[in-house]
Formats: sequence, C-alpha cells, structure tokens
Amino acid sequence: MYVAVKGGERAILNSHKLITETRRGDGAVPEVSVRQIGEQLGLAVDRVMTEGSVYDRELAALAIKQAQGDLVEAIFLLRAYRTTLPRFAVSEPIDTAKMLVRRRISAAYKDIPGGQVLGPTYDYTHRLLDFALAAEDGVGLPEAPVADAPLDDGMPHVADILDHEGLIEEERPDGDGAEVFDLTREPMSFPAGRDQRLQNLARGDEGFVLALGYSTQRGYGGNHPFAGEIRMGEVSVEIVPEELGFAIDIGDVVISECHMINQFEGSKEKPPQFTRGYGLSFGHNERKVMAMALVDRALRAREMGETAMYPAQDEEFVLYHADNVEAAGFVSHLKLPHYVDFQAELNLIRKLRQEHQDRLEKEAAE
Amino acid sequence: MNMRAKATPRPQPARARWMSILARATSGELEAAWERLEERPRYAVLRRPETGLVMVRGRAGGTGDPFNFGEMTVTRCAVRLADGTVGHCYAAGRDKRKAELAAVFDALMQSAGDARIEETVIAPLARRQVAERERVSRKAAATKVDFFTMVRGDNPG
Repeated sequence: MYVAVKGGERAILNSHKLITETRRGDGAVPEVSVRQIGEQLGLAVDRVMTEGSVYDRELAALAIKQAQGDLVEAIFLLRAYRTTLPRFAVSEPIDTAKMLVRRRISAAYKDIPGGQVLGPTYDYTHRLLDFALAAEDGVGLPEAPVADAPLDDGMPHVADILDHEGLIEEERPDGDGAEVFDLTREPMSFPAGRDQRLQNLARGDEGFVLALGYSTQRGYGGNHPFAGEIRMGEVSVEIVPEELGFAIDIGDVVISECHMINQFEGSKEKPPQFTRGYGLSFGHNERKVMAMALVDRALRAREMGETAMYPAQDEEFVLYHADNVEAAGFVSHLKLPHYVDFQAELNLIRKLRQEHQDRLEKEAAE
Repeated sequence: MNMRAKATPRPQPARARWMSILARATSGELEAAWERLEERPRYAVLRRPETGLVMVRGRAGGTGDPFNFGEMTVTRCAVRLADGTVGHCYAAGRDKRKAELAAVFDALMQSAGDARIEETVIAPLARRQVAERERVSRKAAATKVDFFTMVRGDNPG
C-alpha cells in the first residue's frame, strides 16, 4: 500500500523542466524531428506500434521522441493515447496471402512459388560498426536496384503447399461465429482461447516473448520448429461502415508474419503431422513474429494433448506477464512513497529482534 | 453503437473502388485536385472530420479463426452536396482535410453524369498508386534469390 504525500509540487515541476532540458540534449546539436524518427528509426517505430497496439507511424514516432528513445515508455504513451479515441469499427480479417510482398523467405522449402525474396534485411550483413554512417556529410541518398518486372501477384503461403498433402494440420475458421475475444474490452480469462492468446502475444513485450520462444528451443517445451515462412509487406484493411453497408478499403498497414511448422508425433485422435505456430506484428519485426510463433505453438499444448511442464506452455504465466505496460507499471509502483508501510515493517522487525534477543538472553541465563 | 452487428452487405464495387483510391491519396493530391476543379461545388459537412480507431483483425495461421490483432487510426467525414448527394470517407491515419476532400469527391463521383471527376481526379490517383506499388514490388524483386546448384567433379578443364 502507498499513501498520498503532499509537498513535492515545486520539486516535481522543476523535475519536469529538467527532463525537458535533458531530453533536448546539447543545444548546439540540431533537434531531431518526428518525421526524421519516422523515416530513419523506422524499426523502433514498428515496435512501438506493435506493442502500443496502434498503427500510426507519426504517433509512434512522437512517442519515441517524447520518451527520449525509451521504447517501453513510448509504448505506454501510445496505449494511453488510444484510450482517448473512439472505436469506429472492427475490420474484416486481413488477407496476408494478398500482401504486397517486400520480403518473403522460407527455411523449409528452397523452391517456393514466387521465390525467396530477401527484401530489406540486416540478416546477411557482417554486424561490423559502419563508420560511414557517422561521417559528417552523411550517406547521401542511396538507391536500391529496381528489377524489370514486379514479383508474382498473390504469393501462396508455404504452409498451404503442405496442406494439399494433408501433412500439416488444417487452419480453417471453425465457423461457429463465436465472439472474438478482445483484451482491450474484457479482462483476461482462463482457459484462454487462441484468439485471446494471439492478441496478448501480438501486444506482448518483445523481450519477454523472445526469451520464452528461446526457452522452447532450449528444451523447455521443445516443439522442433522450422521457419515455414516469414513475410513482410502491405496488406489492405477493409471495414463495413454501418451507414454504408458495404465493405470499403481504408488503406494499407505494413505487417510481418511468421508461420512456424512444428513436428507433432500424433495422439489418439490425430495422426502424426506438422502443426502450426503463428506470429503477426505491425511493421517489420521478424524477431518478434518468430518468437511469437514459437510461443503460440507452445501454448497449444492442451489442445495437442501435450503435458504442459514448462513456462512457455503455461498460459496463465505467459499471458499475465507478457504485457510490458502492466509489468513496468507494477514494478515501477515500488518507486511511489511506501513510507507508512515501511514504518510498519520497521516496527515489526524491531519487535521481532527484541524478542529474539530476549530469548537468547533467557537461554544463556538458564 | 453496436459494432458487432453485421449489416447485410450490399456490395457496391464501383464506389468501393474510388473510395479506396481516395483513401490512399495524400491531402496534397486531393487539395491540388480540388483547386483544379473548374467549378467547386458548395457542400454541407454532415459529420465533421473525426479521428478514431479500427480494430484490425488477423486470422490464426493466416487462414483460421479471427483474432483481434491491434488497432489503427482512421479518420472519417461525411458531406452533402446541394443536390442532396451524400459523400463519405474512411481513411487510415489522422489527416482531417484529406478525409473531408475525399468525402466531397465521393459525393461528386456519385452525382449523375460526372465522368470528368473519374478522368481528372480518380484515374490519375489510381495510376500513381499502381505505379508506386509496382515500384515497391520491383525493388523487392531485385532481391529475389536465383539458386544455382554446384555440381562436383563437373568442372570444365
């Protein structure tokens, strides 16, 4: 418990002024603009949009500037802002097979229809610091090559290739038309459906989800994954506004998607086949979607008749701890004044010590 | 407002097409198109440009049951021309001027016999958008891997 304390108003006000000055940094250095952050720190923007759970590049860039580059704080700012906006509609589910592909790779099949498209990636770079980027006159305006022809339209998902042979579990809507769980409107509930888990993981902290995904690879809930496919690019978003009564396309969002293909030995009901784990994020964020796909599969333990023995398979553990706004809030609240609590604890410890001392003295006397 | 109530869809492909083209335009483009109109119509704003959220849904595994993925900002506006035609816009982002102009052009496209708007506004926007998508795709295509197989013991000479 913490109690309200008065008396720090001036200190707080001056602290705000000090953080504003600190955020601005050396006045001799030009101030960074929100547009510059949006254009040149795009992957940070992508992470903030994903975990802040609002696709808006400008807002995410502003949050990053305001938070002085602290992405978890920026995510918090974006989450807080979203509560001020009304919700107009829920979209039709996005069709990732119709993506305008910027990158698409498979580690399971070499010759996939549509090909392996590397796109913009740091995967094949040497990870040596590039001092050319630190040069006074900058990098100029680099231009990438342009092929004579665009990519094939509509690249099929790699998992669908296996699907034709029945070697992978089918992923079809079950058609029961059940309400889709929405974490922004209802509290967490258990046992959690896959819709609740996927929404939670999509908003979940990248570091937490990454560590859990990694734990499954190291044997804590192993699911023998292959990166069936990773793709990134634009998908269009459709809504059916009530006043119109027909579907309209309101624009595009850039997303990353990962299909993990996992070994499954089969159960009484199911023959041995591959199973799926799924990851989805806003923007370009492969680390997140790969980790999410690993954890999604691990959390399907119950459905697969597997014994849940490890943290990544424990849905209460994962879902309750994945959100970094909640986690940061609860850890940070320890900074708030706990003076009364602490005084009570102090008195208790003194009393216990006194009793301990008295007991020792009594024993020595006997 | 019950957002889950599904109205029976009455598809209007032609209107949906131009609305999506307008939604993807920039406010600069729409402002320029508005300035170029020989006769700028008077209109009443029925619903002032307003920014809100759309919850974007995905599907488990890409093709399975839907889930709530995350929200996006969207701005909407509704206007009415003097002849009573109502125009709407829903566009990703927070650009209010763009939403208003897009709603006006939606109304103009509906009012009878205005093929000029298609020619002078919609078609050029569509061409620019298609060209932009093609450019993105051609840059991606330049990074497509051409595998070749190394055959051992088959080196010439």
